[in-house]
Amino acid sequence: MSAKSPLDRPLPSGKGDSARYWTALRAGRIELPRCQACESLVFYPRPHCPVCHGHDLEWVTLSGRGRVYTCTVVHRATHPWFMDKTPYVYALVELEEGVRLPSQIVGVPPAEVTIGLAVEALFEKVDDEHTLLLFRPAGLLEA
Amino acid sequence: MSILAEAGLRGRAAIVGLGELAPTKKPEGRTPLELISEAAMAAIADAGLTRGDIDGLVVCPAMMQYSMLWPSIVAEHLGLSLSYMEFVDLGGATACGMVARAAAAIATRRATTVLCVSGDTWDPQGMYLKPPPLLFPLRDFTVPYGAAGANADYAMAARLHMHRYGTTSRQLAKIAADQRKSAQENPLALFYGHPLSIDDVLASPMVCDPLHKLEIVLPCCGAEAAVLTASDRTQDLPHPPAYVLGFGEALDPDPFQREDFLTTPTVESARRAFGMAGLGPRDVTLAEIYDCYTSAVLIELEDAGFCHKGEGGPFVEAHDLTFGGDFPLNTNGGMLSFGQPGLGGGMTLVLEGARQVMGRAGPRQVRRNDVAFVHGNGGTFTEECSLILSRER
Repeated sequence: MSAKSPLDRPLPSGKGDSARYWTALRAGRIELPRCQACESLVFYPRPHCPVCHGHDLEWVTLSGRGRVYTCTVVHRATHPWFMDKTPYVYALVELEEGVRLPSQIVGVPPAEVTIGLAVEALFEKVDDEHTLLLFRPAGLLEA
Repeated sequence: MSILAEAGLRGRAAIVGLGELAPTKKPEGRTPLELISEAAMAAIADAGLTRGDIDGLVVCPAMMQYSMLWPSIVAEHLGLSLSYMEFVDLGGATACGMVARAAAAIATRRATTVLCVSGDTWDPQGMYLKPPPLLFPLRDFTVPYGAAGANADYAMAARLHMHRYGTTSRQLAKIAADQRKSAQENPLALFYGHPLSIDDVLASPMVCDPLHKLEIVLPCCGAEAAVLTASDRTQDLPHPPAYVLGFGEALDPDPFQREDFLTTPTVESARRAFGMAGLGPRDVTLAEIYDCYTSAVLIELEDAGFCHKGEGGPFVEAHDLTFGGDFPLNTNGGMLSFGQPGLGGGMTLVLEGARQVMGRAGPRQVRRNDVAFVHGNGGTFTEECSLILSRER
């Protein structure tokens, strides 16, 4: 976390084993390492596969399409920066590729977010260094 | 017979002394070490022992006084000379894990009499400005998205349970309301003197949908201690022992990626504990189950084997969970009514399980106190530890 004060917006450090993940988000792509031995997607990124301890990992680009595995509408945030941003939907999104990512569902009233809802990735540029991965209902633009 | 049972650990140690401070909402100028010392001395005296009888010490992190060399610091403060010392850091499973290690140390003769003590000054408002050091890499992928600490994770578990099994908010709220009835017989509980109905729970503010404020534990300040000794040394002590018949532990580090978010390592920790004890869920006459959230209790009940997966809602609805009921659960009020003094929160459940088994629970004594199932749950159903306490070996 790179926030200077506990009250500042919490942002990822973007360094270390996950640097490529955050760099890809800035370019509008979701990338994760995939284990070449057992085919597991490695989330969060690290130089080994936690499932089989393989070290032969290859970064792959994911679809950004998935479904809400489960979610909650946060009415009282824990982190000070989020306290005046409620209510918002914090969710676990299961991508088509099988990995589940914690994120927020935006672009829809919180009460309309249901388990199983089809969602697609949305890249929120916070500043030049930080882009976050959010999700919105799939097909929102076409509708 | 399980490997743990074969290891000869069953029933070799017993809880013989209890020390518990009344929790407070604010530190009131006291440090965790001061509270820990007070609870420790109370437990040693309760066991009819003195400082010199203690040769083992098990402690855990005090979040508000985090320090290296914590076992030595606590031992120095209490003036203890030790042959065994241990530091346990398993989130909400810590207290059960401390007792399990103490029992194993006694069974393997590394110590004869072990003090397990935890305490903290957990001020929920102060935590925002001075968060405890919790530095796991996944934080970079949760906190920037507004993860509301454990609240959000246990709310997501509750929501998935409702979606999949038809569990209702009333069923979850009944857990909090029944526990609160028992708390009315526990003057130490933070919410003693404040009865609570299911409707009151449902009328409290929504924190993380579907969890209401009164389904969420209140961090507080306090300390708790248990003294264990070898089972063959208990006969001259002032209180009947609570034998540790079984213990089991399990860890699944990745709740988000596990096959099913709602099937937790409690399955394994309970299986191991029951296996060592040679007992099963049907032998249990009271349960003290980690209640950081109502949804945690529901899922732990299922995974420990008291009902099938998905049937937790009807189970809590069908049973009277108060100390006088047909399934006594969290009979001191649980942490939801007692308060959660940091990692010591789980120790209040251990102490209550022992107290009931010893027959020392006074006005809230359960009728059948033969076997207590005590369970600690850490992280988001990550670390799990189960204990079987019994009136007889």
